[in-house]
Amino acid sequence: MTITKKIVLTFPQSLVDKPIVFHLIKDYNLVFNILRASITPKEEGLMVIEISGKEDDFKKGADYLKKQGVNVQPLKKDVKWVGKKCIQCGACIPICPTNALKIDRDSMKISFDEEKCIACELCVRPCPARAFEVRLY
Amino acid sequence: MTKQIRTIEEINEKIRQGKAVVVTAEELIGLVEKDGIEKAARKVDVVTTGTFGPMCSSGLLFNVGHTKPKMKIQKAWLNGVEAYAGLAAVDLFIGATQIPDEDPANKVFPGEFKYGGGHVIHDLVSGKDVRLDAVSYGTNCYPRKKLSTWLNIKDINEAFLFNPRNAYQNYNVAVNAGDKTIYTYLGVLQPKFGNANYCSAGQMSPLLKDPFYKNIGLGTKIFLGGGIGHVVGAGTQHSPDSPRTPKGTPKRGSGTLCVTGDLKQMDPRWLVGVSMLGYGTSLAVGIGVPIPVLSAETVKWASVRDEEIFAPVVDYSDDYPNARPDILGEVSYKELKSGKIKLGRKEIPTGSLSGYSKAVEIANILKNWIKSGKFTLNAPAEKIGGPESGIKFKLLNERPVKNGDR
Repeated sequence: MTITKKIVLTFPQSLVDKPIVFHLIKDYNLVFNILRASITPKEEGLMVIEISGKEDDFKKGADYLKKQGVNVQPLKKDVKWVGKKCIQCGACIPICPTNALKIDRDSMKISFDEEKCIACELCVRPCPARAFEVRLY
Repeated sequence: MTKQIRTIEEINEKIRQGKAVVVTAEELIGLVEKDGIEKAARKVDVVTTGTFGPMCSSGLLFNVGHTKPKMKIQKAWLNGVEAYAGLAAVDLFIGATQIPDEDPANKVFPGEFKYGGGHVIHDLVSGKDVRLDAVSYGTNCYPRKKLSTWLNIKDINEAFLFNPRNAYQNYNVAVNAGDKTIYTYLGVLQPKFGNANYCSAGQMSPLLKDPFYKNIGLGTKIFLGGGIGHVVGAGTQHSPDSPRTPKGTPKRGSGTLCVTGDLKQMDPRWLVGVSMLGYGTSLAVGIGVPIPVLSAETVKWASVRDEEIFAPVVDYSDDYPNARPDILGEVSYKELKSGKIKLGRKEIPTGSLSGYSKAVEIANILKNWIKSGKFTLNAPAEKIGGPESGIKFKLLNERPVKNGDR
């Protein structure tokens, strides 16, 4: 069975110059699309890729990467609420579809429940203080 | 009811002795519910109020000091945001809504407006270095023509926050009756009455607690941007003649304040640059005004509750941009703060641009300043015009210039 998955690879500095992705294609028959890539000098490399291939090959390929020291994670998007930046206005409250952003009706204090957030990002740009950060990992 | 029960001098004497009884506007409401107006008035010396929200008519007047050789600055930019330079050689004014010359604005709609004058003011008060670029034409006495330098608040001579219109007495509740999302200074408004956004601290808001401006005017000492500031007088667009409830609370925008203060003693927590999607930038300003309890009437006004304060619901898709005075209804701040309002048979979720919990925090900070003896009260040197003043808010009397007019 052929599957397609979006994953995030993080390479330690020692692997940045190794032909790891080449082996993924050649030895494990995986087809992939690079969605995002960045390598910072003297730091680690990050690559967001979409991989297609047989489920079996995918597992073997992922094992190979892990053995080489590459961190493999499914792509996850995350909205982070930076409480320090929040001016507690409440413009986000009617926008949030899941009530992850909540307001206590007595104190009118705003809070954020990460568990309920579906990372739809609707709150990100309407926030006057730009207190939300979107993280990909 | 109007009998004077104490003077400001008596209150200040108690403040100096650390004996003044100070409560926030919220606490006063509870006290009046328990003890009644007369008794509360005898007990309390000062009521503190507060508000924290985007206030576009805000800016900074500052003097950067002379360069060597001297320069008569003609045009200036701070972090790319233009400051007005049509004053003496090195006096500048930067407004909260000014955006960088190269900002794409609304070319890709809705524009993000990530940085503007409000953010520059926040960066300065935060102690961050800000880049100043300036140009001029050169004179005999001011020969220099170009300048690029880093600037820090601690190095500049004077820095006065000068806000021509702050602390609106009341404000519109914005809705969108149209069928497309609109982007306004009151936030993103979803089509077909998808949400209703308001911007007032309601029962904490300074001018809603002193509806006839009895204790506020030129020289009144206030909490401004986390430091101490003063009221200059009525702000621009001050319009005290709006309809009022039987207790005197205005049911429309109404009164405004012009305020000023030394930025160097202010706090970045209470002066925050904001970005309104599709609209522009602004500055969230924290203001707190102390109200001396001179009579029972002061308490009657200052104890007005959210359910007694009403705001007009205005359609920002059509009526507002076309300057029609129509309103769709009136709702109380109690309803607005509950999370939904009813308009006809429709229930609309509400959002706020003004931080109520921050307003309470400001009132508490001011209360502690007064209780600790570091902040005394003063009577205004000149009062603000009330409904009897005849002051009216006018639209521009447009007289189009014809070809050939000179």
